[in-house]
Amino acid sequence: MKVGVVVGTVTSTINHPFFDGERLLICDLVDGNASTGDYLICTDQVDAGTGDTVLILDEGTSARQMYGVGTGPIRSVVVGIVDDVHEQENVR
Amino acid sequence: MKLGRVRGSVVATVKAQGMEGMRLLVVQPLAEDQTPRGACVVAADAVNQAGPGDLVYFVASREAAEAMEPRFVPVDHAIVGIVDGIDVVEVDSS
Repeated sequence: MKVGVVVGTVTSTINHPFFDGERLLICDLVDGNASTGDYLICTDQVDAGTGDTVLILDEGTSARQMYGVGTGPIRSVVVGIVDDVHEQENVR
Repeated sequence: MKLGRVRGSVVATVKAQGMEGMRLLVVQPLAEDQTPRGACVVAADAVNQAGPGDLVYFVASREAAEAMEPRFVPVDHAIVGIVDGIDVVEVDSS
């Protein structure tokens, strides 16, 4: 899984039926406190909002399991809202 | 999923089995601020309505084939939505 920050939302009328009614979040991927410069558009399973630090599942089969479906063009899903990340220094 | 801008279309008469009737579009992947990032890709159009100039979002790898009907097709990028709008709020990450 990856850690990201929700920076915005995407609205879309014409979409694959899988995404009907789904909220799409633009998530900046972060490494510690720094942005990696990369992003993902994710669906939302936890009612995350802009500004939230989130846990992103980025694997298709697990994502489809989250939705209880065997098929679907889904891979990136916000599956948690991160309260805090502790990184210990001097780890070898 | 990533954002992309449709740049054009690809016409191929001879295609592998399963690709018959598939719309193929040239898509420029975009960064979050909608500036081009990386090389263009050819994506199948799973919504059947995307066209040049459209801002779209697309899936890659195995999920691209999942977007198509039937599913077992040789596709590695697929457009799954046309973007109406993007609402980005500046977040102070410091």
